[in-house]
Amino acid sequence: MTSNVQNNTGSEPVIPGRWAADVESRLGAGEEVQACLETNLDHDLKFADSLIVVTDCRLLARDAGGKDWREWPLRAGLKLDHHDHAGVGMLELVDDNGRLATWRYTLSRNLAALRVIAEFDLHRDSVASGKPVARPDEDVCPKCKTPLPPGEDECPACNRESTVPPSTWTLFRLWRFARPYRWQLFMGFALTLASTAATLVPPYLTMPLMDNVLIPFQNGKPIDWELVSMYLGGLLGAAILAWVLGWIRTYILSLVSERIGRDLRTQTYEHLLGLSLEYFGGKRTGDLMARIGNETDRINIFLSLDLLNFATDVLMITMTAIILFTINPWLALVTLLPLPIIGWLIHFVREKLRTGFEKIDRVWAEVTNVLADTIPGIRVVKAFAQEKREGDRFRAANEHNLAMNDKLNKTWSLFTPTVTLLTEVGLLVVWIFGIWQIAKGDSTVGVLTAFLAYIGRFYTRLDSMSRIVSATQRAASSTKRIFDILDHVSSVPEPSKPVHLSGVKGRIELKKAGFRYGTRAVTKDVDLVIQPGEMIGLVGHSGSGKSTLVNLICRFYDVSEGQVLIDGTDVRSVPVAEFRQHIGLVLQEPFLFFGTIADNIAYGKPNATRQEIIAAARAAHAHEFILRLPHGYDSLVGERGQGLSGGERQRISIARALLIDPRILILDEATSAVDTETEKEIQRALDNLVKGRTTIAIAHRLSTLRKADRLVVMDRGKIVEIGNHDQLMEAEGHYHKLYMAQARNVDTEDTLPRAPVLPKAHAE
Amino acid sequence: MSTLNFQLHCDNFGRLVLTDAQGIRHEGVTPVRAFPIAAPDEGLSLINFEGHEVGWVDRVADLPPAMRDIVEADLRSREFVPEIERILGVSGFACPSTWQVQTNRGQTELILKGEEDIRRLSQTRLLIADANGIQFLVRDLTTLDKHSRKLLDRFL
Repeated sequence: MTSNVQNNTGSEPVIPGRWAADVESRLGAGEEVQACLETNLDHDLKFADSLIVVTDCRLLARDAGGKDWREWPLRAGLKLDHHDHAGVGMLELVDDNGRLATWRYTLSRNLAALRVIAEFDLHRDSVASGKPVARPDEDVCPKCKTPLPPGEDECPACNRESTVPPSTWTLFRLWRFARPYRWQLFMGFALTLASTAATLVPPYLTMPLMDNVLIPFQNGKPIDWELVSMYLGGLLGAAILAWVLGWIRTYILSLVSERIGRDLRTQTYEHLLGLSLEYFGGKRTGDLMARIGNETDRINIFLSLDLLNFATDVLMITMTAIILFTINPWLALVTLLPLPIIGWLIHFVREKLRTGFEKIDRVWAEVTNVLADTIPGIRVVKAFAQEKREGDRFRAANEHNLAMNDKLNKTWSLFTPTVTLLTEVGLLVVWIFGIWQIAKGDSTVGVLTAFLAYIGRFYTRLDSMSRIVSATQRAASSTKRIFDILDHVSSVPEPSKPVHLSGVKGRIELKKAGFRYGTRAVTKDVDLVIQPGEMIGLVGHSGSGKSTLVNLICRFYDVSEGQVLIDGTDVRSVPVAEFRQHIGLVLQEPFLFFGTIADNIAYGKPNATRQEIIAAARAAHAHEFILRLPHGYDSLVGERGQGLSGGERQRISIARALLIDPRILILDEATSAVDTETEKEIQRALDNLVKGRTTIAIAHRLSTLRKADRLVVMDRGKIVEIGNHDQLMEAEGHYHKLYMAQARNVDTEDTLPRAPVLPKAHAE
Repeated sequence: MSTLNFQLHCDNFGRLVLTDAQGIRHEGVTPVRAFPIAAPDEGLSLINFEGHEVGWVDRVADLPPAMRDIVEADLRSREFVPEIERILGVSGFACPSTWQVQTNRGQTELILKGEEDIRRLSQTRLLIADANGIQFLVRDLTTLDKHSRKLLDRFL
């Protein structure tokens, strides 16, 4: 990568090692390299590395694939342009007569390419005018034009995406959530240790029972009842102790794990809410819901049940092994022999199951996604009579899920019986070796009985331990998916050194602002200054970048290039929430949350007084219709609530914006979803809202922008015209075309009979 | 369409110039395939710099050879969907993951940001978007070699 190459004053750009000698030999005396770009595509767009170098008097380029160099002395008229399309950048060297050369690269090299162009322009101008290079005073990032902090060459605004994969020990990352409960966890562990020890007492007591009571009795000695009652008392005591300890332990650890689960869920959701709209645009709702719901639950079960059992199992095995060795080392050795085999088996199956479970998770998300896609669009499905097709799609997803499960179950089903078989074989080995030892007189019947009692538990433990394999894998993949969200850094990050705005006036300035969605440049080089209190109308075809511009101003997205300034401060340096407080947004499709009308109006200012809410509703011309509802301001709206018409909902959302009294107001097609009658009412409400605020209104119907001080006409991501209605009509440009086209439509529309406005009964 | 109602040539700046039936010259025309992946040889549109369609060809093969060469050369220099032929290795199975891949345009690296960047176009066809926005195509999953399939399988 050449992206570290810098063009700062006084510092040398670094030429990648493999080209350095070659370039060095071509430089004239005193000639210095100013910038270079390592291209990685040739003319047919095959991957091939090459190099372009800008020096103080020449442009040098190595042929892609070849060894030859071409050079162009810098002179006036020579121009270096760049375009990009579908992830491929192209540099083009042209003069007045035509194109001289082109080079191509993938966009990972975009930064270096921009630097090459910047240096090229500087030195060409200097060569042409004969004056020394006129460098701007401060170093700016070539991509976004923000000033770089002194001594740093990487732009803090652009360079924040990391490509480091998360560690495979994902489960340990849960520690972050377990930390607050470490004392409870420690106590739980201590209790586990104690209760496990208690459960190991009974088999131990079978040994003296056998050797000191039963065998002597068979040999003719009477039973010593005192001894028997002592041993049996020990058995009972140990059992009760294990019961009490196990109970307390399970209770404490379950409490802790539920709390960890709660923290995990809420933190994930809170983090998710902080992510930019860009993130939500690229994810499916069903998938995100599944992650927060099911995956956290799975982690929770893992922590409270599986992990707990596993810890007990490990302790049990270790302690049993120690006891067995102290009783009879040789017999213990034979008993423990199958352990490595089982260990190996577990490891082998673990790998198979892990990939399997990850796959099943993904397939499962696919199944829920089909539902999440179809159910909201059910009207379309029914209208086009595609129920069968959607049914088939769901069936296919289910079949896929089934196939995956079947495949996994092949391995999984073999696992448990194999462990059982090994248990039986292990017991057999102990029997054989034990009998042989007893025959030789090296061991007693009691020892063999104790061993058999222990080993019965021992292998059951291994069996249950084997269950942890799948549980761990499931939990690990769940953890990974949760941390996928938690690790996602918002592309609208909180500034590290926040600047607080005091008394926003509402001056908005866009400097060379551009936004790129994937590889598609949606807007570019937008320069616009909006004065405090000014009303701007944004006009253009759909897809011309109006909404993107508004999203940039609201900071739903951050600019990919350039800057957005509010009262002269870069919006990226203002805390996001603080910045948005000053923005009121009225959208085309007003969204009402489930709750009362009063709650919905007070959404942006939950502590608003009733008087404030009513004042806002009055100003939004919503007061009267609200009072007509059966419960007035307490009427429920939103899902399953009172049905409201589009115009009514819109006026509620206007009241919502009015209540927070923002300095900046954004109306995104606020009136386009309603009929003309309603539009007039909304328009009156909006007029109240607009007064004295910086307003940016997007409207498809140009008639609604009559009050705008200036109209900004956009086309394909660029501003093409600015002016008021009369100026723009006179200019006979884009606006004129749009206006005339609409005027014609309105004429024909008005001749159509209009249906009477009926109250809309459907609830949403 | 058997008869073409426009003329096409390439100017000194490397731009395509289209002269339509009315004799109007459109400079800087871009050829665009309507179905670049499903049916690249069918449906070619010529778009002027304002984004309006100024010419349409049902099949690229219908163009006279001279014009076809110009169009194809232009498409070659702009269309960039490398086809993955082999996956040589991946840095890890957790995303973001860096893949070494052999494509029909040579060997390269791609950074996969998340599993959701792998899109299934059909049962056997995948489109993989890398972190820099390049789209890589896997034309047919079943024709990949076993090693590649195994690696890919972990992400599907």
